[in-house]
Amino acid sequence: MEIDPFIFRLSIFILAIFVGYYVVWSVTPSLHTPLMSVTNAISSVIIVGAIVAALAGDNSKIFDNANIFGFLAIVLAAINIFGGFLVTHRMLAMYKKKKKDK
Amino acid sequence: MSANLLAVFYLISGVLFILALRGLSSPETSRQGNFFGIIGMAIAVGVTIISIGNFSAGFIYLLIFLIVGGSIGAFIAFKIPMTAMPELVAGFHSLVGLAAVFVAISAFLNPEVFNLGFPGKIKIASLIEMSLGAAIGAITFTGSIIAFLKLRGLMSGSPITFVGQHFLNLALGITIVGLIFYLCNTQQEYLFWSLIAISFLVGVLLIIPIGGADMPVVISMLNSYSGWAAAGIGFTLENTALIITGALVGSSGAILSYIMCKGMNRSFFNVILGGWGATEESLKSSSTEQKPVKSGNADDAAFLMKNASSVIIVPGYGMAVAQAQHALREMVDSLKKNGVKVSYAIHPVAGRMPGHMNVLLAEANVPYDEVFELEDINNDFANCDVAYVIGANDVTNPVAKSDPQSPIYGMPILDVEKSKSVLFVKRSLSPGYAGIDNDLFYRENTLMLFADAKKMTEDITKSL
Repeated sequence: MEIDPFIFRLSIFILAIFVGYYVVWSVTPSLHTPLMSVTNAISSVIIVGAIVAALAGDNSKIFDNANIFGFLAIVLAAINIFGGFLVTHRMLAMYKKKKKDK
Repeated sequence: MSANLLAVFYLISGVLFILALRGLSSPETSRQGNFFGIIGMAIAVGVTIISIGNFSAGFIYLLIFLIVGGSIGAFIAFKIPMTAMPELVAGFHSLVGLAAVFVAISAFLNPEVFNLGFPGKIKIASLIEMSLGAAIGAITFTGSIIAFLKLRGLMSGSPITFVGQHFLNLALGITIVGLIFYLCNTQQEYLFWSLIAISFLVGVLLIIPIGGADMPVVISMLNSYSGWAAAGIGFTLENTALIITGALVGSSGAILSYIMCKGMNRSFFNVILGGWGATEESLKSSSTEQKPVKSGNADDAAFLMKNASSVIIVPGYGMAVAQAQHALREMVDSLKKNGVKVSYAIHPVAGRMPGHMNVLLAEANVPYDEVFELEDINNDFANCDVAYVIGANDVTNPVAKSDPQSPIYGMPILDVEKSKSVLFVKRSLSPGYAGIDNDLFYRENTLMLFADAKKMTEDITKSL
Protein backbone atom coordinates (compact mmCIF):
# COMPACT_ATOMS: atom_id res chain seq x y z
CA MET A 1 0.00 0.00 0.00
CA GLU A 2 1.28 3.42 -0.93
CA ILE A 3 0.36 6.64 0.83
CA ASP A 4 -0.47 9.58 -1.36
CA PRO A 5 2.03 12.45 -0.74
CA PHE A 6 -1.03 14.64 -0.30
CA ILE A 7 -1.69 12.90 3.01
CA PHE A 8 1.78 13.84 4.22
CA ARG A 9 1.20 17.46 3.33
CA LEU A 10 -2.19 17.34 4.98
CA SER A 11 -0.54 15.97 8.16
CA ILE A 12 1.97 18.82 8.16
CA PHE A 13 -0.89 21.27 7.64
CA ILE A 14 -3.01 19.92 10.50
CA LEU A 15 -0.05 19.73 12.88
CA ALA A 16 1.00 23.27 11.95
CA ILE A 17 -2.52 24.50 12.78
CA PHE A 18 -2.11 23.04 16.26
CA VAL A 19 1.36 24.53 16.63
CA GLY A 20 -0.07 27.86 15.54
CA TYR A 21 -2.92 27.54 18.00
CA TYR A 22 -0.67 27.05 21.01
CA VAL A 23 2.01 29.50 19.93
CA VAL A 24 -0.47 32.28 19.25
CA TRP A 25 -2.26 31.82 22.57
CA SER A 26 1.08 32.40 24.27
CA VAL A 27 1.52 35.75 22.53
CA THR A 28 1.06 38.56 25.02
CA PRO A 29 -1.98 40.74 24.18
CA SER A 30 0.12 43.88 24.14
CA LEU A 31 1.96 42.49 21.11
CA HIS A 32 -1.12 41.61 19.07
CA THR A 33 -0.52 44.39 16.57
CA PRO A 34 3.06 43.28 15.84
CA LEU A 35 1.69 39.73 15.64
CA MET A 36 -0.61 40.79 12.82
CA SER A 37 2.11 42.61 10.94
CA VAL A 38 4.59 39.76 11.27
CA THR A 39 2.06 37.10 10.20
CA ASN A 40 1.40 39.37 7.27
CA ALA A 41 5.06 39.40 6.39
CA ILE A 42 5.55 35.64 6.68
CA SER A 43 2.43 34.79 4.69
CA SER A 44 4.16 36.56 1.83
CA VAL A 45 6.38 33.50 1.55
CA ILE A 46 3.90 32.90 -1.29
CA ILE A 47 6.62 34.72 -3.22
CA VAL A 48 8.32 31.34 -3.76
CA GLY A 49 5.38 30.36 -5.95
CA ALA A 50 5.59 33.69 -7.71
CA ILE A 51 9.31 33.24 -8.43
CA VAL A 52 8.76 29.81 -9.96
CA ALA A 53 5.85 31.14 -12.00
CA ALA A 54 7.88 34.07 -13.26
CA LEU A 55 11.15 32.36 -14.13
CA ALA A 56 10.19 28.87 -15.16
CA GLY A 57 9.56 27.83 -18.71
CA ASP A 58 10.94 29.15 -21.93
CA ASN A 59 13.34 32.02 -21.44
CA SER A 60 12.48 33.70 -24.72
CA LYS A 61 8.93 34.28 -23.55
CA ILE A 62 9.83 35.92 -20.28
CA PHE A 63 6.78 38.19 -20.27
CA ASP A 64 4.35 35.61 -21.50
CA ASN A 65 0.91 35.86 -19.95
CA ALA A 66 1.50 33.20 -17.28
CA ASN A 67 4.89 34.64 -16.32
CA ILE A 68 3.65 38.19 -16.07
CA PHE A 69 1.29 37.17 -13.29
CA GLY A 70 4.29 35.69 -11.51
CA PHE A 71 6.19 38.97 -11.79
CA LEU A 72 3.21 40.96 -10.56
CA ALA A 73 2.90 38.62 -7.59
CA ILE A 74 6.62 39.11 -6.85
CA VAL A 75 6.15 42.87 -6.59
CA LEU A 76 3.12 42.52 -4.29
CA ALA A 77 4.78 39.94 -2.06
CA ALA A 78 8.02 41.95 -1.92
CA ILE A 79 6.12 45.04 -0.74
CA ASN A 80 4.63 42.91 1.98
CA ILE A 81 7.83 41.16 3.02
CA PHE A 82 9.91 44.31 3.36
CA GLY A 83 7.05 46.45 4.63
CA GLY A 84 5.82 43.80 7.07
CA PHE A 85 9.15 42.92 8.68
CA LEU A 86 10.36 46.52 8.84
CA VAL A 87 7.19 47.91 10.35
CA THR A 88 7.20 45.06 12.89
CA HIS A 89 10.78 45.90 13.74
CA ARG A 90 9.87 49.57 14.11
CA MET A 91 7.04 48.72 16.48
CA LEU A 92 9.00 46.23 18.58
CA ALA A 93 11.84 48.72 18.99
CA MET A 94 9.39 51.00 20.81
CA TYR A 95 8.46 48.52 23.54
CA LYS A 96 10.63 49.49 26.48
CA LYS A 97 10.69 48.54 30.09
CA LYS A 98 10.51 50.99 32.95
CA LYS A 99 13.85 52.57 33.69
CA LYS A 100 15.41 51.31 36.89
CA ASP A 101 16.04 54.75 38.43
CA LYS A 102 12.36 55.74 38.33
CA MET B 1 19.59 21.20 -5.93
CA SER B 2 17.67 18.00 -5.30
CA ALA B 3 13.98 18.16 -4.51
CA ASN B 4 14.59 16.56 -1.12
CA LEU B 5 17.21 19.12 -0.07
CA LEU B 6 14.91 21.89 -1.26
CA ALA B 7 12.09 20.46 0.87
CA VAL B 8 14.39 20.39 3.91
CA PHE B 9 15.22 24.06 3.44
CA TYR B 10 11.52 24.91 3.17
CA LEU B 11 10.94 22.97 6.38
CA ILE B 12 13.69 25.00 8.08
CA SER B 13 12.10 28.27 7.06
CA GLY B 14 8.74 26.97 8.27
CA VAL B 15 10.28 26.25 11.68
CA LEU B 16 11.89 29.71 11.76
CA PHE B 17 8.46 31.23 11.14
CA ILE B 18 7.09 29.32 14.13
CA LEU B 19 9.96 30.71 16.23
CA ALA B 20 9.14 34.20 14.92
CA LEU B 21 5.65 33.95 16.40
CA ARG B 22 6.94 32.28 19.52
CA GLY B 23 9.23 35.26 20.14
CA LEU B 24 6.20 37.50 20.54
CA SER B 25 5.31 35.88 23.84
CA SER B 26 7.24 38.68 25.54
CA PRO B 27 8.62 42.03 24.40
CA GLU B 28 12.18 40.98 25.33
CA THR B 29 12.28 38.05 22.89
CA SER B 30 10.15 39.70 20.22
CA ARG B 31 12.92 41.42 18.30
CA GLN B 32 14.84 38.16 18.07
CA GLY B 33 11.64 36.50 16.83
CA ASN B 34 11.28 39.04 14.04
CA PHE B 35 14.87 38.34 13.08
CA PHE B 36 14.12 34.61 12.83
CA GLY B 37 11.25 35.45 10.52
CA ILE B 38 13.54 37.46 8.27
CA ILE B 39 16.07 34.62 8.09
CA GLY B 40 13.31 32.14 7.31
CA MET B 41 12.11 34.32 4.46
CA ALA B 42 15.65 34.81 3.12
CA ILE B 43 16.20 31.04 3.10
CA ALA B 44 12.91 30.36 1.31
CA VAL B 45 13.54 32.98 -1.37
CA GLY B 46 17.22 32.07 -1.73
CA VAL B 47 16.78 28.34 -2.24
CA THR B 48 13.89 28.89 -4.64
CA ILE B 49 16.06 31.04 -6.87
CA ILE B 50 18.97 28.58 -6.68
CA SER B 51 16.70 25.64 -7.45
CA ILE B 52 15.58 27.25 -10.68
CA GLY B 53 19.20 27.89 -11.56
CA ASN B 54 18.17 30.37 -14.19
CA PHE B 55 20.67 33.20 -14.14
CA SER B 56 19.82 34.64 -17.51
CA ALA B 57 17.58 37.51 -18.53
CA GLY B 58 14.73 36.41 -16.30
CA PHE B 59 16.90 36.67 -13.21
CA ILE B 60 17.64 40.34 -13.86
CA TYR B 61 13.92 41.05 -14.07
CA LEU B 62 13.35 39.08 -10.88
CA LEU B 63 15.86 41.30 -9.09
CA ILE B 64 14.35 44.46 -10.53
CA PHE B 65 10.83 43.49 -9.45
CA LEU B 66 12.08 42.44 -6.01
CA ILE B 67 13.88 45.74 -5.52
CA VAL B 68 10.92 47.78 -6.75
CA GLY B 69 8.51 45.98 -4.41
CA GLY B 70 10.98 45.98 -1.54
CA SER B 71 11.65 49.71 -1.82
CA ILE B 72 7.94 50.51 -1.87
CA GLY B 73 7.43 48.31 1.19
CA ALA B 74 10.39 49.78 3.06
CA PHE B 75 9.29 53.32 2.23
CA ILE B 76 5.79 52.67 3.56
CA ALA B 77 7.13 50.94 6.69
CA PHE B 78 9.31 53.93 7.61
CA LYS B 79 6.79 56.63 6.76
CA ILE B 80 3.61 55.24 8.26
CA PRO B 81 2.47 56.91 11.50
CA MET B 82 1.63 54.45 14.29
CA THR B 83 -1.97 55.69 14.43
CA ALA B 84 -2.43 54.46 10.85
CA MET B 85 -1.37 50.90 11.68
CA PRO B 86 -4.86 49.34 11.22
CA GLU B 87 -5.12 50.68 7.67
CA LEU B 88 -1.61 49.54 6.91
CA VAL B 89 -2.28 45.99 8.06
CA ALA B 90 -5.54 45.89 6.08
CA GLY B 91 -3.67 47.14 3.02
CA PHE B 92 -0.96 44.50 3.44
CA HIS B 93 -3.60 41.77 3.75
CA SER B 94 -5.05 42.82 0.42
CA LEU B 95 -1.62 42.40 -1.20
CA VAL B 96 -1.21 38.85 0.14
CA GLY B 97 -4.67 38.02 -1.19
CA LEU B 98 -3.97 39.42 -4.63
CA ALA B 99 -0.56 37.72 -4.78
CA ALA B 100 -2.29 34.39 -4.03
CA VAL B 101 -4.75 35.05 -6.86
CA PHE B 102 -1.91 35.84 -9.29
CA VAL B 103 0.08 32.75 -8.38
CA ALA B 104 -3.06 30.61 -8.77
CA ILE B 105 -3.71 32.17 -12.19
CA SER B 106 -0.21 31.47 -13.43
CA ALA B 107 -0.42 27.91 -12.08
CA PHE B 108 -3.68 27.49 -13.98
CA LEU B 109 -2.32 28.92 -17.23
CA ASN B 110 1.06 27.24 -17.04
CA PRO B 111 0.65 24.04 -14.98
CA GLU B 112 3.68 22.23 -16.48
CA VAL B 113 5.99 24.54 -14.58
CA PHE B 114 4.61 23.34 -11.26
CA ASN B 115 4.28 19.66 -12.32
CA LEU B 116 0.51 19.85 -12.14
CA GLY B 117 -0.26 18.41 -15.57
CA PHE B 118 -1.02 20.32 -18.76
CA PRO B 119 -3.46 23.11 -19.65
CA GLY B 120 -6.86 21.48 -19.94
CA LYS B 121 -5.59 18.37 -18.14
CA ILE B 122 -4.65 19.65 -14.70
CA LYS B 123 -4.77 17.15 -11.86
CA ILE B 124 -8.14 17.35 -10.10
CA ALA B 125 -6.63 17.69 -6.62
CA SER B 126 -4.38 20.53 -7.75
CA LEU B 127 -7.29 22.20 -9.46
CA ILE B 128 -9.36 22.13 -6.28
CA GLU B 129 -6.44 23.46 -4.24
CA MET B 130 -5.66 26.31 -6.62
CA SER B 131 -9.35 27.20 -6.96
CA LEU B 132 -9.71 27.42 -3.20
CA GLY B 133 -6.49 29.44 -2.93
CA ALA B 134 -7.65 31.80 -5.67
CA ALA B 135 -11.17 32.18 -4.24
CA ILE B 136 -10.03 32.86 -0.68
CA GLY B 137 -7.26 35.11 -1.96
CA ALA B 138 -9.75 37.12 -4.02
CA ILE B 139 -12.13 37.46 -1.07
CA THR B 140 -9.21 38.60 1.10
CA PHE B 141 -8.17 41.12 -1.53
CA THR B 142 -11.44 42.99 -1.99
CA GLY B 143 -12.49 42.52 1.63
CA SER B 144 -9.26 44.12 2.82
CA ILE B 145 -9.65 46.97 0.34
CA ILE B 146 -13.07 47.76 1.84
CA ALA B 147 -11.65 47.47 5.36
CA PHE B 148 -8.81 49.78 4.34
CA LEU B 149 -11.21 52.37 2.90
CA LYS B 150 -13.37 52.27 6.03
CA LEU B 151 -10.41 52.57 8.40
CA ARG B 152 -8.84 55.34 6.34
CA GLY B 153 -12.14 57.23 6.45
CA LEU B 154 -12.41 57.22 2.65
CA MET B 155 -15.63 55.30 3.04
CA SER B 156 -18.26 55.72 5.73
CA GLY B 157 -17.69 53.46 8.72
CA SER B 158 -21.40 52.85 9.13
CA PRO B 159 -22.72 49.47 8.04
CA ILE B 160 -24.20 49.18 4.55
CA THR B 161 -27.09 46.77 4.54
CA PHE B 162 -29.83 45.92 2.06
CA VAL B 163 -32.68 43.48 1.85
CA GLY B 164 -31.69 39.97 0.88
CA GLN B 165 -28.02 40.59 1.64
CA HIS B 166 -27.43 37.35 3.49
CA PHE B 167 -29.39 35.43 0.88
CA LEU B 168 -27.25 36.93 -1.88
CA ASN B 169 -24.04 36.03 -0.03
CA LEU B 170 -25.27 32.49 0.47
CA ALA B 171 -26.23 32.19 -3.20
CA LEU B 172 -22.80 33.47 -4.28
CA GLY B 173 -21.10 31.05 -1.88
CA ILE B 174 -23.00 28.14 -3.42
CA THR B 175 -22.14 29.44 -6.89
CA ILE B 176 -18.44 29.36 -5.98
CA VAL B 177 -18.69 25.72 -4.90
CA GLY B 178 -20.63 24.89 -8.07
CA LEU B 179 -18.05 26.63 -10.27
CA ILE B 180 -15.20 24.69 -8.66
CA PHE B 181 -17.14 21.49 -9.27
CA TYR B 182 -17.71 22.29 -12.97
CA LEU B 183 -14.16 23.50 -13.34
CA CYS B 184 -12.90 20.11 -12.19
CA ASN B 185 -15.18 18.36 -14.66
CA THR B 186 -14.63 20.49 -17.72
CA GLN B 187 -11.35 22.38 -17.10
CA GLN B 188 -12.84 25.36 -18.94
CA GLU B 189 -10.80 28.53 -18.56
CA TYR B 190 -13.82 30.87 -18.35
CA LEU B 191 -15.05 29.02 -15.25
CA PHE B 192 -11.79 29.82 -13.49
CA TRP B 193 -12.08 33.52 -14.36
CA SER B 194 -15.73 33.62 -13.25
CA LEU B 195 -14.73 31.98 -9.98
CA ILE B 196 -12.22 34.76 -9.32
CA ALA B 197 -14.66 37.50 -10.36
CA ILE B 198 -17.42 36.20 -8.07
CA SER B 199 -14.96 35.85 -5.19
CA PHE B 200 -13.95 39.49 -5.64
CA LEU B 201 -17.62 40.42 -5.33
CA VAL B 202 -18.10 38.25 -2.23
CA GLY B 203 -15.18 40.00 -0.53
CA VAL B 204 -16.88 43.37 -0.97
CA LEU B 205 -20.29 42.11 0.13
CA LEU B 206 -18.87 40.42 3.21
CA ILE B 207 -17.25 43.53 4.64
CA ILE B 208 -19.62 46.40 3.75
CA PRO B 209 -22.30 45.47 6.36
CA ILE B 210 -19.74 45.54 9.20
CA GLY B 211 -19.47 48.75 11.16
CA GLY B 212 -16.36 50.77 12.03
CA ALA B 213 -15.91 49.65 15.63
CA ASP B 214 -16.13 45.99 14.63
CA MET B 215 -13.00 46.45 12.56
CA PRO B 216 -10.78 44.60 15.07
CA VAL B 217 -12.73 41.46 14.23
CA VAL B 218 -12.66 42.15 10.51
CA ILE B 219 -8.91 42.72 10.40
CA SER B 220 -8.25 39.55 12.38
CA MET B 221 -10.60 37.60 10.14
CA LEU B 222 -8.94 38.85 6.97
CA ASN B 223 -5.58 37.99 8.51
CA SER B 224 -6.88 34.47 8.94
CA TYR B 225 -8.21 34.32 5.35
CA SER B 226 -4.88 35.44 3.92
CA GLY B 227 -3.34 32.48 5.77
CA TRP B 228 -5.82 29.95 4.38
CA ALA B 229 -5.29 31.36 0.88
CA ALA B 230 -1.53 30.88 1.28
CA ALA B 231 -2.08 27.32 2.54
CA GLY B 232 -4.27 26.54 -0.48
CA ILE B 233 -1.51 27.71 -2.82
CA GLY B 234 0.99 25.79 -0.68
CA PHE B 235 -0.88 22.56 -1.37
CA THR B 236 -0.99 23.34 -5.07
CA LEU B 237 2.73 24.00 -5.23
CA GLU B 238 3.50 21.15 -2.80
CA ASN B 239 5.55 23.58 -0.74
CA THR B 240 6.02 22.87 2.97
CA ALA B 241 7.05 26.40 3.95
CA LEU B 242 3.87 27.77 2.44
CA ILE B 243 1.66 25.10 4.04
CA ILE B 244 3.14 25.66 7.51
CA THR B 245 2.95 29.44 7.19
CA GLY B 246 -0.62 29.31 5.92
CA ALA B 247 -1.65 27.15 8.87
CA LEU B 248 0.13 29.46 11.36
CA VAL B 249 -1.34 32.64 9.96
CA GLY B 250 -4.76 31.10 9.53
CA SER B 251 -4.99 29.95 13.13
CA SER B 252 -3.41 33.18 14.40
CA GLY B 253 -6.09 35.27 12.73
CA ALA B 254 -8.82 32.94 13.93
CA ILE B 255 -7.64 33.19 17.54
CA LEU B 256 -7.45 36.98 17.35
CA SER B 257 -10.99 37.11 15.93
CA TYR B 258 -12.14 34.93 18.80
CA ILE B 259 -10.44 37.17 21.41
CA MET B 260 -11.99 40.27 19.84
CA CYS B 261 -15.49 38.75 19.75
CA LYS B 262 -15.14 37.70 23.36
CA GLY B 263 -14.07 41.24 24.25
CA MET B 264 -17.41 42.40 22.91
CA ASN B 265 -19.40 39.40 24.17
CA ARG B 266 -20.71 38.78 20.67
CA SER B 267 -20.62 35.68 18.57
CA PHE B 268 -18.46 35.66 15.48
CA PHE B 269 -21.51 35.28 13.23
CA ASN B 270 -23.26 38.17 14.93
CA VAL B 271 -20.34 40.42 13.97
CA ILE B 272 -19.97 39.03 10.46
CA LEU B 273 -23.65 39.34 9.64
CA GLY B 274 -23.24 42.96 10.64
CA GLY B 275 -25.65 45.87 10.66
CA TRP B 276 -25.55 46.28 14.42
CA GLY B 277 -24.76 49.93 14.98
CA ALA B 278 -27.31 51.32 12.52
CA THR B 279 -30.51 49.95 14.04
CA GLU B 280 -29.64 50.72 17.63
CA GLU B 281 -28.69 54.33 17.00
CA SER B 282 -32.09 55.36 15.64
CA LEU B 283 -33.79 53.61 18.51
CA LYS B 284 -31.84 55.29 21.27
CA SER B 285 -31.60 58.86 20.08
CA SER B 286 -35.32 59.40 20.71
CA SER B 287 -35.27 58.16 24.29
CA THR B 288 -32.43 60.39 25.48
CA GLU B 289 -33.64 62.91 28.04
CA GLN B 290 -31.80 65.76 29.70
CA LYS B 291 -30.00 64.53 32.75
CA PRO B 292 -27.72 66.62 34.95
CA VAL B 293 -24.06 66.38 34.11
CA LYS B 294 -21.12 67.77 36.02
CA SER B 295 -18.56 69.29 33.74
CA GLY B 296 -15.22 70.78 34.62
CA ASN B 297 -12.13 72.33 33.12
CA ALA B 298 -8.45 71.47 33.00
CA ASP B 299 -7.70 73.13 36.36
CA ASP B 300 -10.32 71.02 38.16
CA ALA B 301 -8.92 67.88 36.60
CA ALA B 302 -5.35 68.84 37.47
CA PHE B 303 -6.35 69.54 41.06
CA LEU B 304 -8.08 66.17 41.40
CA MET B 305 -5.22 64.20 39.95
CA LYS B 306 -2.46 66.07 41.79
CA ASN B 307 -4.08 65.18 45.09
CA ALA B 308 -4.67 61.56 44.14
CA SER B 309 -2.36 58.81 45.21
CA SER B 310 -3.18 56.55 42.28
CA VAL B 311 -4.54 57.25 38.79
CA ILE B 312 -5.60 54.76 36.13
CA ILE B 313 -5.66 55.89 32.51
CA VAL B 314 -8.24 54.30 30.19
CA PRO B 315 -7.36 55.06 26.55
CA GLY B 316 -9.64 54.34 23.59
CA TYR B 317 -9.96 54.95 19.89
CA GLY B 318 -10.52 58.67 20.53
CA MET B 319 -6.95 58.93 21.78
CA ALA B 320 -5.69 57.55 18.47
CA VAL B 321 -7.90 59.95 16.48
CA ALA B 322 -6.69 62.94 18.49
CA GLN B 323 -3.06 61.71 18.38
CA ALA B 324 -3.02 62.39 22.11
CA GLN B 325 -0.62 59.62 23.19
CA HIS B 326 2.43 61.88 23.50
CA ALA B 327 0.51 64.60 25.35
CA LEU B 328 -0.84 61.89 27.63
CA ARG B 329 2.60 60.60 28.51
CA GLU B 330 3.78 64.15 29.32
CA MET B 331 0.81 64.54 31.65
CA VAL B 332 1.67 61.25 33.33
CA ASP B 333 5.29 62.38 33.73
CA SER B 334 4.17 65.51 35.60
CA LEU B 335 1.85 63.39 37.74
CA LYS B 336 4.69 61.05 38.63
CA LYS B 337 6.79 64.03 39.68
CA ASN B 338 4.00 64.81 42.12
CA GLY B 339 4.31 61.31 43.52
CA VAL B 340 1.14 59.92 41.92
CA LYS B 341 1.13 56.24 40.97
CA VAL B 342 -0.10 55.87 37.38
CA SER B 343 -1.05 52.79 35.39
CA TYR B 344 -2.87 52.19 32.11
CA ALA B 345 -5.86 49.90 31.56
CA ILE B 346 -6.45 48.49 28.08
CA HIS B 347 -9.70 46.90 27.02
CA PRO B 348 -9.30 44.06 24.48
CA VAL B 349 -11.32 45.89 21.82
CA ALA B 350 -10.02 49.41 22.47
CA GLY B 351 -9.03 50.92 19.15
CA ARG B 352 -9.45 49.54 15.67
CA MET B 353 -7.22 46.48 15.79
CA PRO B 354 -5.92 44.03 18.40
CA GLY B 355 -3.19 45.65 20.49
CA HIS B 356 -3.71 49.06 18.85
CA MET B 357 -3.53 51.04 22.14
CA ASN B 358 -0.42 49.20 23.31
CA VAL B 359 1.49 50.19 20.19
CA LEU B 360 0.47 53.83 20.52
CA LEU B 361 1.51 53.96 24.18
CA ALA B 362 4.79 52.25 23.32
CA GLU B 363 5.34 54.87 20.64
CA ALA B 364 4.90 57.57 23.29
CA ASN B 365 7.62 55.86 25.39
CA VAL B 366 5.24 54.47 27.98
CA PRO B 367 7.02 51.50 29.58
CA TYR B 368 5.08 48.33 28.77
CA ASP B 369 5.11 47.17 32.39
CA GLU B 370 2.84 50.09 33.32
CA VAL B 371 0.22 48.94 30.82
CA PHE B 372 -2.26 46.29 31.96
CA GLU B 373 -4.93 44.14 30.36
CA LEU B 374 -8.51 44.19 31.55
CA GLU B 375 -8.42 41.14 33.81
CA ASP B 376 -5.15 42.20 35.43
CA ILE B 377 -6.22 45.68 36.45
CA ASN B 378 -9.99 45.59 36.83
CA ASN B 379 -9.88 45.01 40.59
CA ASP B 380 -7.61 48.01 41.08
CA PHE B 381 -10.28 50.52 40.13
CA ALA B 382 -11.90 50.08 43.54
CA ASN B 383 -8.72 51.34 45.23
CA CYS B 384 -7.88 54.05 42.77
CA ASP B 385 -8.58 57.75 43.30
CA VAL B 386 -8.99 58.95 39.73
CA ALA B 387 -9.79 57.14 36.50
CA TYR B 388 -8.88 59.23 33.46
CA VAL B 389 -10.94 58.04 30.48
CA ILE B 390 -9.53 59.40 27.24
CA GLY B 391 -11.31 58.55 24.01
CA ALA B 392 -13.00 55.41 25.33
CA ASN B 393 -16.72 55.08 25.88
CA ASP B 394 -18.65 51.83 25.41
CA VAL B 395 -15.92 49.77 27.10
CA THR B 396 -16.57 51.66 30.36
CA ASN B 397 -20.37 51.63 30.26
CA PRO B 398 -21.73 50.04 33.45
CA VAL B 399 -24.98 49.28 31.63
CA ALA B 400 -23.21 46.21 30.25
CA LYS B 401 -23.45 44.75 33.75
CA SER B 402 -26.87 46.00 34.83
CA ASP B 403 -29.28 46.13 31.90
CA PRO B 404 -30.09 42.85 30.12
CA GLN B 405 -31.95 44.87 27.44
CA SER B 406 -28.82 46.71 26.40
CA PRO B 407 -27.09 45.57 23.19
CA ILE B 408 -23.78 45.51 25.01
CA TYR B 409 -25.12 43.53 27.99
CA GLY B 410 -22.59 40.93 29.09
CA MET B 411 -19.64 42.63 27.44
CA PRO B 412 -16.67 42.68 29.80
CA ILE B 413 -16.07 46.31 30.77
CA LEU B 414 -13.47 48.22 32.74
CA ASP B 415 -14.97 48.96 36.17
CA VAL B 416 -14.17 52.65 35.93
CA GLU B 417 -17.22 53.62 38.02
CA LYS B 418 -15.69 52.00 41.11
CA SER B 419 -12.90 54.53 41.38
CA LYS B 420 -13.37 57.54 43.68
CA SER B 421 -13.72 59.96 40.81
CA VAL B 422 -13.87 59.61 37.07
CA LEU B 423 -12.56 62.15 34.60
CA PHE B 424 -14.13 61.67 31.21
CA VAL B 425 -12.48 63.48 28.29
CA LYS B 426 -14.95 63.69 25.44
CA ARG B 427 -16.08 66.19 22.84
CA SER B 428 -19.77 65.93 23.67
CA LEU B 429 -22.33 63.71 25.35
CA SER B 430 -22.96 61.84 22.11
CA PRO B 431 -23.25 58.09 22.49
CA GLY B 432 -20.44 55.78 21.39
CA TYR B 433 -20.42 53.34 18.53
CA ALA B 434 -23.02 51.04 20.05
CA GLY B 435 -25.40 53.98 19.99
CA ILE B 436 -26.22 53.77 23.67
CA ASP B 437 -26.02 56.39 26.31
CA ASN B 438 -23.25 55.93 28.87
CA ASP B 439 -24.67 55.88 32.38
CA LEU B 440 -21.29 56.94 33.68
CA PHE B 441 -21.72 60.51 32.36
CA TYR B 442 -24.43 61.23 34.93
CA ARG B 443 -22.85 59.66 37.98
CA GLU B 444 -22.15 61.69 41.08
CA ASN B 445 -18.42 60.97 40.97
CA THR B 446 -17.97 61.75 37.26
CA LEU B 447 -16.52 64.98 35.96
CA MET B 448 -16.93 65.51 32.24
CA LEU B 449 -14.15 67.35 30.45
CA PHE B 450 -15.62 68.55 27.17
CA ALA B 451 -12.72 69.11 24.80
CA ASP B 452 -10.44 67.59 22.24
CA ALA B 453 -8.50 64.79 23.96
CA LYS B 454 -5.09 66.14 23.05
CA LYS B 455 -5.83 69.77 23.91
CA MET B 456 -7.40 68.89 27.27
CA THR B 457 -4.48 66.67 28.20
CA GLU B 458 -2.00 69.41 27.34
CA ASP B 459 -3.97 71.95 29.37
CA ILE B 460 -3.99 69.66 32.38
CA THR B 461 -0.22 69.24 32.11
CA LYS B 462 0.13 73.03 32.14
CA SER B 463 -1.96 73.37 35.29
CA LEU B 464 -0.10 70.64 37.12
